[in-house]
This record gives sequence, C-alpha cells and structure tokens, in this order.
Amino acid sequence: MRIRISHSISYAYAEPARQITQILRLTPRDHDGQHVMSWRIEPTIDGRIRAGQDPFGNLTHTFSADGPISSLAIQVSGLIETTDLAGIVRGGLERVPPEVFHRDTLLTTPDEALLGFAEEATGSSDSDLSRMHALMDALHAEMTCHPTGKRSGVGAAAAFVAREGIAQDVAHVFITCARHLGVPARYVSGYVAQSDALPHASGAHAWAEAYLADYGWIGFDCANGLCPIDTHIRVAAGLDYADAAPVRGARKGGDGENLAVLVSARQADGRTANQ
Amino acid sequence: MTAFDEMLGSGSELRPAYAALDRWLKEAPPETLALRRSQAELFFRRIGITFAVYGDEESTERLIPFDIIPRVLTKPEWTKLEKGLRQRVTALNMFLADVYGPKECLKAGIIPADLVYRNACYQLEMVDFQVPHGIYCHIAGIDIVRVDADTFYVLEDNARTPSGVSYMMENREVMLRLFPELFATHRVAPVDNYPDQLLATLRSVAPRSAPSDPTICLLTPGQFNSAFYEHSFLADKLGVELVEGSDLLVKDDVVYMRTTQGPKRVDVIYRRIDDDFIDPLVFRGDSVLGVPGIIGAYKAGNVTLANAVGTGVADDKAVYSYMPEIVKFFTGEEPILKNVPTFRCREPQANAYVLDNLDKLVVKEVNGSGGYGMLVGPHASKAQIETFRKKLKAAPEGFIAQPTLALSTCPTFVASGVAPRHVDLRPYVLSGANGISCVPGGLTRVALKEGSLVVNSSQGGGTKDTWVLDA
Amino acid sequence: MHEIVRDTPSDAPRLIAKRPDLIMLSRTADSLYWVSRYVERAEYLARILDATMRLTNLPSSYGGAGSEWQSAVSTAGCDDTFAKVYDEANERNVCDFLTFNPDNPSSIRNCFALARSNARAVRTALTSEMWDALNGAWLELQRFEKKRMDREEFARFLDWVKNVSLVFDGSAYRTMLRDDGYWFSRLGVYVERADNTARILDVKYHVLLPANEQVGGSLDYFQWTTVLREVSALTAYHWVYREAVKPLLIADLLILNRRMPRSLAACYENISRFLDLLGDSYGRQGPAQRQARKTLANLSSTSIDDIFQHGLHEFISDFITENNRLGGTIIEQYLQ
Repeated sequence: MRIRISHSISYAYAEPARQITQILRLTPRDHDGQHVMSWRIEPTIDGRIRAGQDPFGNLTHTFSADGPISSLAIQVSGLIETTDLAGIVRGGLERVPPEVFHRDTLLTTPDEALLGFAEEATGSSDSDLSRMHALMDALHAEMTCHPTGKRSGVGAAAAFVAREGIAQDVAHVFITCARHLGVPARYVSGYVAQSDALPHASGAHAWAEAYLADYGWIGFDCANGLCPIDTHIRVAAGLDYADAAPVRGARKGGDGENLAVLVSARQADGRTANQ
Repeated sequence: MTAFDEMLGSGSELRPAYAALDRWLKEAPPETLALRRSQAELFFRRIGITFAVYGDEESTERLIPFDIIPRVLTKPEWTKLEKGLRQRVTALNMFLADVYGPKECLKAGIIPADLVYRNACYQLEMVDFQVPHGIYCHIAGIDIVRVDADTFYVLEDNARTPSGVSYMMENREVMLRLFPELFATHRVAPVDNYPDQLLATLRSVAPRSAPSDPTICLLTPGQFNSAFYEHSFLADKLGVELVEGSDLLVKDDVVYMRTTQGPKRVDVIYRRIDDDFIDPLVFRGDSVLGVPGIIGAYKAGNVTLANAVGTGVADDKAVYSYMPEIVKFFTGEEPILKNVPTFRCREPQANAYVLDNLDKLVVKEVNGSGGYGMLVGPHASKAQIETFRKKLKAAPEGFIAQPTLALSTCPTFVASGVAPRHVDLRPYVLSGANGISCVPGGLTRVALKEGSLVVNSSQGGGTKDTWVLDA
Repeated sequence: MHEIVRDTPSDAPRLIAKRPDLIMLSRTADSLYWVSRYVERAEYLARILDATMRLTNLPSSYGGAGSEWQSAVSTAGCDDTFAKVYDEANERNVCDFLTFNPDNPSSIRNCFALARSNARAVRTALTSEMWDALNGAWLELQRFEKKRMDREEFARFLDWVKNVSLVFDGSAYRTMLRDDGYWFSRLGVYVERADNTARILDVKYHVLLPANEQVGGSLDYFQWTTVLREVSALTAYHWVYREAVKPLLIADLLILNRRMPRSLAACYENISRFLDLLGDSYGRQGPAQRQARKTLANLSSTSIDDIFQHGLHEFISDFITENNRLGGTIIEQYLQ
C-alpha cells in the first residue's frame, strides 16, 4: 500500500518563548515491511536542525531556535510504500539487544492487578506467540481505546485501573504484561492509514512489539486487536512512550502553551490497496 | 559474635597504633573531653554542615553526630588498602569501558549479560560513545569494612556520585582545632589536599577541544538536596562555580553558564545530579533540575561530565557480587580486596538457602541505597522477616544476601562513656587522565546504637576522623 | 582505554584554582540582589509598624481617624493580599499579617525566610558575617514566633528586626570585596529603599498637601512626624531645616535631599553609582545605566515647589513605576 502522510504539530505561546529545543522522532526508517519513498520535516520558523539517531536507532532531528517565539509548527510530509508481513518486523536496524526490553520503566511499572490479568489472560496458551495473541485479544476486549485524550503520562497500571485510554496507554499495558510473562516488549509510535479493516481511527498511532525467539520482533496493536498490516507505518521504538515520543521539547519562557496536531494518513491517489 | 576492635584487637591487647591515643583518653580530664565534644558540635553547627533527611518533616536539616575519638590505621594497613582500591577502581573503569564498548566480559561469560542489559542504570545513550580520555568513574567511594587484623572487605562500590568527602575534611579540621596536642604526638597523613587532587583530576579530563585552562563547574540539584552543603563546600575549595541546572544553557551542542556578563563556555562539569535528572530531553522529561541538551553536548565531545553517565551499572549490588571475577578479568591480577561473600538470590539454590536463613543474613535490595530496603536478619522482628520472605519469593532477582559480618568496632563516646561501636570506611578514589589518586584514609562512619551495624547517616550513624599514621 | 600511573608525586605543586576575572553567575547576582531587598523590606515593615503603634497610642481626644492600621497595610503595599485573609484592619490583624503571617509573601517572617534561602543558595558568595547575621536572625525569629507578645515585647521585636538589618548591612559594608557581588547587593538595598520611601509618600501624600496645612491641628502634626519616623528622619529633619515640621519640607527631605539617606535622590545617586561601577568593570553600559541616570537627572533638576505644582501624587506614582521598571531592566540585563 502506498500511504501519504501529512502531519503538523503547532504550538502557540501566550507568553513568547525565549528559547526552544526539541528532539523530533518523526522520520521512519526502512524495513522489510516499509520503504520510505520521500520524507520532509519543516519547522515554520528559522532555527538550527541537526539529524542524528538515538540509542534505539530511531532517526532524530534536534531542532533549536531562539526567541521571542510566539508560535511554531513542525510540518511533516512523506510518501511510503508498505507491505503486509503479518506484523513481523525484519530487515531494519536493531541497535539494542532484545534483552534490554525486559526492563520496567516509569510508564510500564506493573502492579498486582496487571500481573494477575496478564497471567489469567494467557493461562491456557502453550507458546509465547499464542500468549501474546491471547494478551492482545484480552486487552482489546477489556480496555476502551479512545482516538485522542487529554491525559498524558499515565502509567500502565493507572490506565489499566481505568480500563480506558489512548493507544499509547493500551500499548503500555501490553508491554508491561508481556515483560512480566518473560517476553521482551517495546513501544512503537507511528501512523496508521485509513482503512475499513481497522476499528481504531487513522492518524498518529502507537502499538507494541514483542520479541519471540523463532520470529524476532512482532507487532501487536491492541487498539485495533490485530498485528500490524500494511496500514501501519513504524516511525520510532523504545522502552516506552518517552523513548519514542514524536516530540520531546524544552523551552525557556513560553508560558501558556497551546498545542494543535493535525494528521492525515491516506492511501496515495490513483491506487487502491491490494490486500 | 565478638567483633574485632580497632584499639583492643580480639581481646584486651592494646594495638600499638592506638597506644598514645589510649593514654590520652585515660589522662584527659572527663570535663575537658566533654567540653571539646560540645565545642565540636558547635563548630559543625556554625559552619552549617547539615544534611536533609527525606520524608522527615520535623527537622529537615540535621547534623551528623561527630565522635571525637579518631579511627587509626597504620601505614602498612593503608598501603595495602590503597593498592587494593587502585586495583578495584581501575577494574571498575575498565568494566564500564567494556560494557559500553566491545562487551568482552559479557562474551567471556564473566557476568551474565542480562544483569547488564536489564539494569536501568545501563544507559543505552552511552553505548559505543567514547568518553573523554576513556574515564568513566572519576570519583569513586569504596565502602570498606574490616573483620580482623588483616581482612578488609569491600562492602559496596559507589561509582555514581559518592558523597561524604566534605565530612572527611571538616572532621580533620575540627580535630586539628580542638586537639592540636594529639597531632603533636601522632604523625597523621594530611587529607586537605583532596580538593587539589580533585581539581587536577577534573582538569585532566577536559575535552581535547577545551583551552589549556578549562572552565570547570559543579552542578548541584540545589539547596534542598541532602548533600548541598558538600556541593557548596567543594565548589568553594575547588574555586569553581556552583551551578544549578538553570544556570547552564546549551547552544549548538556547547554548554554555557549564564553570567552577569553573558554566556561563558563550560568544559568540565562535576555533576552531583543523577543520570535520570540530568537532561529532560533524553532522560526523565519531568526533571527540572537538569539541563536540556547537555547530553547532546556531551556526545558531541564538547563537555566532560564527571562522573560519566551510566556508571551506575558498575555499582549495582547484583553486579557487585561479580567484582572479584571482573577485577581478575580486566587486570589479570588476583583481587587484593575481598568481596563480602554474597548470595545472589537470582540463583534458585542461593535463594533457597537465603530463605532458610533469613534470621542470620543481611538481605539487600539490588537497587536500594542509604540503608533503606535492607533486612538485618539477627536484629529483625518476625514480621520484618516475613515481609522480606514475601518479597524474595516474588522477585528474587531484586535481592542479594550476605552473612552478617562482625564489623570491626572502635572506641566511641556514647551516653554511658566510651564504648565500642561498629565502623566502616569510605575512601575516595580519583581517576584522571594522569592516573589514580587517593588521599590517605577517608570517611569513617560509625553506628552509634549499641550493636547496630547500620552506619548510614540517614539511619542514625555518625562519623569520625580517620588517621593514617605516617610512621 | 584506561592508563594507570603509579603514583601522583606527593610534592606536586599546589594548584591554585583560577577563577576567571569577575565571573559571576547571573543566579548568584540575582540572589545577592534579593537578599538585600528582603532584608531592607523587613526593616521597612518594622518601621511602619513601629510608627503606626506610636500614632495609635495617642489619646483619642486628638481625633485620630481610626484608619491608621489600614494605612499601614497600604504603605506596606499589600492591600489585596490582606483583604483576602482579614475582614478588618485592626492592630491585631495588621501586626500579625505584617510580621509572622505565612500567607503574606511579604511578611517580616517571609522576608527573612526568603533572604536566608537566597543566601543559602549562594552561601559562598556571602561573607561569613553576612551569613551569620541572616542565619542567626532566622533562628531567633522562630523564638519570637513562638512567644505571645505584649505591646512592650512587640516593640522589642520590632527593634530587633531593625537591628538585624543594621547588622547585615554593616557586615556587607565591612566584609564584602568591592566587586560585582557587592555592587549587586547594594543595588538591591537602594532599589528597595527607593520603592519603600516612595510608598510612604504615596499613601501619606494627602496629609502633606497644602489643604491639610491650613487645617492644622495636632493630628496632622502627629501624621507628619509619623512619616518622618517611618524613615527614621525626625531628628534629621530638625538638623536640616531647623524649623517646625512642615509638609513641604518633609517632602523635600524625602524626595530631593541627598543628605537624607532614604530620600529618593540619595537612593538614585547610589543606584546610578553602583550601576556605573558594574558597567565600567564589565566594559559595557546598558539600558539600566541609562535609565538610572535619567531618573537621577530628573531628581536633580526639579524643585519641591515644581513637584507640588505639578502634583505630588502624580510625581510619586510615576516614580514608583519608573523604579519598578529599572528593577526589571536590571534583572533583564544582568540577572537572568
């Protein structure tokens, strides 16, 4: 499938910012399931921008600008060709051994309720792969996933208590459970194209990947209840949201921030999906 | 269990190093000693050498009790200790360079790879990054305990931001003021050149791009940090600026201080902020103590952080148990300093033994520090033991256990007079581009409660001046 | 890889830490500036309370208007915060509010707390005498806070507050190196002092207006002397003018007379001088220097008759605005 992405992240400040630095993880890499045909990142104001990569191999752009800045937008556009590999992620850059993805993090700290749920949901499965599928299905059924939400930074345990959240939260819950079951798991941020096959809304999205000895990394999208198909574009991965966040920023001044995000992920013109 | 006494040995002998001190203790009129003790307390209060105890609202600023009876080490004892410390710190630095670089020790199976990879202190940001001059742990504090005349054990390595060195120096200062006569009868090796050595160490590790007279600063979390006194003490002694995160800014991967005359470039940062809080763009995003972009500057080679980011993987209590093998692997020598025998609860057999002997063992949380998250079996209640049993069964990999050591004791002033109390020792080891240095002695911490083995200041420990006799 | 050198020579020359000439962190300068401001403010509050107590001690036959305590709150510049905590401006409420009340960010207690915490953050930039003065004051304050004070005891407390300020100021004068640290600390004193003197005039300007002079009467006399007491200038007044207390001359003393250390002109003479010293040593003049010079020039070229002619109230309001603006400029130019 050929997918066109247009993503704009706009900030406005009631009090102009004196200085802004942002680390952007908004550029996908190639792997067997996706090929980046073109990609652009453009801030709307002048500043310095430097490309690099983080420890996980995610492509980063560090953008910094001096004020006074009263508004700023990061505009991303690109065209990408995807293939359905049933969620298997192969042929990409892996800088970190799977062993690392056993770690608990601030956003994926388990509590007893979560651990109990993880064990119960997977009790009758006989392999790690089937356990992960059982876990995904159970979370898809158990948790309500909203397209957008006001809350952010809610850990897995709190999201699970609420039985609801955005895709990010559900991914954290899955990761926490998988790690507890002894399976390395990581967080993925990306996009999902509009498709009738997906219950969850299109646009910016997040899911999880688990590492299984016989297959390598496989994606699990609990919000949609399926392993990623050719509608999914992988942009960045890490231990949790904090490692893969599209934007991490710091600023001096700039009180009263107002954030607006617009994303469109559509099949490119003139082509229909060939699934 | 009778502990070895630093003054009286295992019985009632008088060890020669303490002979003159013993005489003095017996001869000095009790009123004089009492007076000196209150003068010492006054001194510490006046200079404001306090520390904060977290979660204790009653008195957020407390004084660490100081005991006027010094702890004495002979030259031969120190020489051997120092050799061991140099070897240990060399190995720590080589270990860090290896786990963030070629990972030979993991390949050789010296230490299980998952202990490193799963460790939150193993900072992925540091993988394959060449730290300036190859040094990670510029300032190490190695906690040493003694069990008999010849045996010293390493209890713990502190490779992140070890504190307490200001107490080492102020303790000596107050002793010199109050008991000049003792220094006339003892040739005590000086410790007051520590700041000079630290400054030389920090200067030696400046990035190669820095001017020959690099600008150094000390980065503190601020005045509400428990060790703030020490931060300002050291900055003052080093003659460098004491900065908070908000005093620094990063532009084009270069770090600057905000001064009254505009930005001033910084080359070396002695940071007393933990990894997690040092850069909100890379580590904890909610940190207000750090400097956004500082890791970018570090990785661009424009600034040196001391200690390096990620040293915590070397002083983890689980990694600790592998230190003898690590020392041997990297230095090719037998370890001079022993480890306390340690049961790794991650190993099922060891854990089974630990669970059967909780009342005899000290159980420590792998990631705990400051004496918190610790069970001292022989002194614990049934309920405490059962709590730990549950924890150990639930997550054995989070714990290690050690036999309760008969830590050596040292004569100490207590309410009832002079009595033996358990002590440990934290020497400070500096590693720079021009080698390793270590001032003689270190900080002696003493457990003031009778029979107690917990010397941490947050748990009611005190300190003593530590003497290394030159002759 | 790591290189081991056997031993650092024990006779290595003692390294002398080289601090680049006159490097001062903006935060350090900021704290020095605010420490002085808070101490000065605490003293000012004590003076207001002291003067108000005297005024209200007068027999009621003198016909006191009864609004003295409200006026004290206004002079302290915290009408709004006071109204949030209390319904009535009486002696008890106002004394509590201006001394120990933790909800008043500018109470004497909070001034000392803020001064000490600023000092603590830049401990090594202060001399030990200055630190001792603040630290000692903070410990002593807690003793006062616990006591139930009668009027006499309260008067002693106010004296003690003034004394802390004297000791701190004297320590700074006697022990600080004469470099940027000292200059920033002095700037804090004089910017605050100018603000304080101007506030007294702002609240009391009506008793100084000619209309009141005709009314005459004892109350006015006491009001006028109260103004002088608030800036501890009653004796100075007689020395300078050698005549009975007159509103016009009081205003002259507090605004234009450079011999009077709390006058606006004297404050600006100092502000301008210390800013010039900073500018010279840093080799750069900026907006703060220009602004201070302009205000000083205004104060030098005007007469008290001019001021009354154009309106005392307007003059003072404008001054307060200008002085605040200078404070902001100093912060922008040096302290952030």
